[in-house]
Amino acid sequence: MSDFLQILIAAVAVGSTYALLALGYTLVYGVLKFINFAHSDVFVLGAWTSFTASMFVTQRMNVDPAHAPWWVGLCVLLAAISVASTVAYCIERFAYRPLRKSPRLNVLITAIGVSLLLQNVGQLTGPAVVRETPTTVTKAAADLTPAERASETTKINGEQAQVQVQGKPLATLPFGSSPRSMPVLLPDAVLNETTAATGVMDGGSRRGMVKLDKPVTLEEGRTYSLQTERLDASGKPTGERETLGVASPAGTYEKGTDIRTQPARNAKDVQGAAYTLTIAPEVPIRLLDVLIVVSALVLMAGLEILVYRTKLGTAMRAISYNVETAQLMGINVNLVISFTFVLGAALAAAAGFLYPMKYPGLNQPAHQIWVLLGLKAFVAAVVGGIGNIRGAVLGGFLIALVEMFGAFYISTKLSDVFVFAILIFVLLVRPSGILGTTVREKV
Amino acid sequence: MAATGALGASIPKHRPSSEQLLRTAVLPWFVVLVLAVLAQIVLQPLLGEYGAKVARQAGIFIIAAVSLNVVNGFTGQFSMGHAGFMAVGGYVAAFTTYYGSMVLYGSADKLAYPVVAGVTLPLTTGHLLMLAGIALGGCVAAVLGLLVGLPSLRLRGDYLAIVTLGFGEIVRVLLELSGPQMFTAAEVKDATVKQWLSFPVGGSLGFSGIPTYADAFWVFLLAAGTCLIAYRIKQSSSGRAFLSIREDEIAARAMGINLTAYKVRAFVFAAFFGGVAGGLLVHSGVPSQPSIAGFQASFEIIIMVVLGGLGSISGAVLAAIILSVLPEMLRNLAEFRLILYALLLIVMMLVRPKGLFGVREVWELGRGGGSGGGGGGSVSGGGGR
Amino acid sequence: MALLEVGSVNAFYGAVHALKGVSLAVEKGEILTLIGGNGAGKTTTLRAISGMVRPRNGTVKFDGQDITGTPPNELVGRGLVHVPEGRGIFANLTVAENLELGAYTRHDRAGIAADLERAFELFPRVKERQKQLAGTLSGGEQQMVAIARALLARPKLLLLDEPSLGLAPQLVATIFSIIREINRQGVTILLVEQNANMALKVAHRAVVLEVGQVAMSGNAADLASSDAVKKAYLGH
Repeated sequence: MSDFLQILIAAVAVGSTYALLALGYTLVYGVLKFINFAHSDVFVLGAWTSFTASMFVTQRMNVDPAHAPWWVGLCVLLAAISVASTVAYCIERFAYRPLRKSPRLNVLITAIGVSLLLQNVGQLTGPAVVRETPTTVTKAAADLTPAERASETTKINGEQAQVQVQGKPLATLPFGSSPRSMPVLLPDAVLNETTAATGVMDGGSRRGMVKLDKPVTLEEGRTYSLQTERLDASGKPTGERETLGVASPAGTYEKGTDIRTQPARNAKDVQGAAYTLTIAPEVPIRLLDVLIVVSALVLMAGLEILVYRTKLGTAMRAISYNVETAQLMGINVNLVISFTFVLGAALAAAAGFLYPMKYPGLNQPAHQIWVLLGLKAFVAAVVGGIGNIRGAVLGGFLIALVEMFGAFYISTKLSDVFVFAILIFVLLVRPSGILGTTVREKV
Repeated sequence: MAATGALGASIPKHRPSSEQLLRTAVLPWFVVLVLAVLAQIVLQPLLGEYGAKVARQAGIFIIAAVSLNVVNGFTGQFSMGHAGFMAVGGYVAAFTTYYGSMVLYGSADKLAYPVVAGVTLPLTTGHLLMLAGIALGGCVAAVLGLLVGLPSLRLRGDYLAIVTLGFGEIVRVLLELSGPQMFTAAEVKDATVKQWLSFPVGGSLGFSGIPTYADAFWVFLLAAGTCLIAYRIKQSSSGRAFLSIREDEIAARAMGINLTAYKVRAFVFAAFFGGVAGGLLVHSGVPSQPSIAGFQASFEIIIMVVLGGLGSISGAVLAAIILSVLPEMLRNLAEFRLILYALLLIVMMLVRPKGLFGVREVWELGRGGGSGGGGGGSVSGGGGR
Repeated sequence: MALLEVGSVNAFYGAVHALKGVSLAVEKGEILTLIGGNGAGKTTTLRAISGMVRPRNGTVKFDGQDITGTPPNELVGRGLVHVPEGRGIFANLTVAENLELGAYTRHDRAGIAADLERAFELFPRVKERQKQLAGTLSGGEQQMVAIARALLARPKLLLLDEPSLGLAPQLVATIFSIIREINRQGVTILLVEQNANMALKVAHRAVVLEVGQVAMSGNAADLASSDAVKKAYLGH
């Protein structure tokens, strides 16, 4: 049961990013009636821009990305959205708009071309935006290269020279051909854990052991951890939190007996640190998951309002039905279509920011895993009923559920196969999707 | 077409004369055979080891591009999983040849080629095994083509693109899950049923040691044969049905053409020959890895078709040759190659959406200048009264 | 000065020469009808005026300004509104949303509300059906929505393309009487019709198009009694 609930939570978190992505496919399909193959690449662009921006911002602020203030995440999200939107605007303006009256096959081919262009340009390794902090090395003055000798940062003291060496690049433009790890910028904590005891602890008799200031009983079959604060060299709290897992077997531990922790700490590092002993819940609910789902839902609700409650949204739906007549209403069709593209791209960029918060491994832009992710989101849009906003959301969650439960209960590697099995099934049984209405080809 | 004269005259003569039969049925195949022989005895020595390898590669891509052209070019549907069918055909053929050799000859090494009158002939029982494997691979690919095509071809064009793209990825995933390869005849002999059922083709490590029987003769025999068959189809009533579907589905349906049936026919044809191309590919010394089924591989064939002209067989042939040779010349620009292709595709659609040759063949280029096909919207004709 | 002046306009569809130097003028306050057979260029004339088709040459002047080739969305705000053939309602939107789009370029809430009331007075049926999806209405109701929607743009000149197409005779009469009423309220109308009989009855003046050229023009009543028109278009 706890497995089931945990997978359900993970599926909802991932599903909300799929849904955001599926909305982009559905929006563009709604107004232009073609599959924007480059959409998943805009998502990748959002993810990698988030990475570069977060590295850049945190380095300028000189903070560890893992402990950046909350608004850094917001800035990074905005950066991702603006870059992705600009690129999407250019794609629509220069690649798709000239083909608006061409056969759909031509637009499809162009979209594939744009997709490949984005993938492979993203794969290039250009100049470094963020480097490791420069280090100073000592060298014999005779060994200096002319460039090093000319550099202002080089200090020569007789035979010895102090040379500043540039650090390795941490983020490059466009994005580079090696995978990176996305720093998690959203705060995370387990929301539903219970506190067993609080107090001040001392170092244990050996490294890796701590002594608590009151007796505790560790029950069988439960997971305990110690939330403590880091101390600096002088023993003052630094304000940084850390979590030590409790590795001792179940039983009662008197005040001042050793309790084993994971990771191990030296006795003097925990001398006098405040602690909270917590019991891990059977089904942990993480703040990160909640934030991902809530931000996605806020965006979806905003989109729903925009499309169904505003004049602009009515114009978008009018264009979706008949471009010519929409023009006769005084609607600037080009502007609204561009806007729709940009809107889809912004949602994709938001998904590109949120998804790596859950799965921080960022593959290189042309990696097939991205293509597969985009495909899943497209399948979500089709399953829900392409062109239908609520359908895309429904499809996103559905696909994530199938994928996650399939991966857990049947096979991890086959989970992608299940997703496509669903696609084929839906195409056979209800080609217009769950919430879609049948589209009649106009004669 | 010949029978457009007097009706009475054409009826009794409805069996073709032997001379006609010779000209239309035998002669082209003879030309195909001559081409293949020439490829073997002239091309191979002329180009050297490396050049011949590139030429064989080009030949294989000719089959892939020409067959994909039947779907994407003639019929106007958009398959994006051709590499998936190639991989299926390839792995089935490789499986047949490799394990067949193991069982029959005790090892997967190439058999010695017979020398007749000083000429080394590319014909051993191993080659027959390869041909059987290729045929089997083509058939399996065709069956899968039917399974994939039936549900998706009833719907509008872009669904096929997605489904086939997914198909290629699924083939890749499944091949990665295949069982470990058996390397010795002894292992093969003792293999359990379970081991055979796991399809022991090496998983993500790839399938290695497949005898390289795909000599220039066989590659160009099949390549020229595929072109001939594709050309025959283009000229046939089926071909005209394909083209009419591509131009206007609604009008085609109004003419009594069963859209789904013809689309599926084109798709299955393409899948079969895609499988054949894959079968040759795995026997040509290219490492067989699950990634040959992936999107990137499909894309390379798509660009050949688009570049050459959607519907033009000779265009596809030419594009296949260019795009097989070009990467070899641009080796040190490898990371820009796909960027170049992508730009080529976009610019092509903006400037010359019909590809280099459109539906026409190279030798038809001189004829009739404007194949523009009318303008945008049409006004109902007829005068005022 | 005429409200609309079309000066020797030539327009093409691909290779088809659809308009061969069409000239006409619509005076302020009148109903001018454009009649002619299939393919005579009636719809194309309207499309060339409203900017849906860019004329190869010739000029279109509206309210004293040259509007040749101006995109249609820019003309709506200036008071030139085109109701296309085949009703052109948005079947996927509700009737209320369709009407809202009619006032897309306007921002005066009070004025829009007043115009909406006026439109409902003309089309009480439309008022009843506001919440319904426009696609579920009958043909006549859809035509009414299309005209009501056009009125919400507060047009000076209304281009109506075949408003009677496919409607029952009873409804045709209703639609034409409403057209006359709209005109009486001060809207100039350029009416394209197949149903020459009805069109000549409501219009003040008429222009006859034949194969992309103006064949005849004049007083509607005079044309209705002319033998040539009677023979070709009125079926007498």
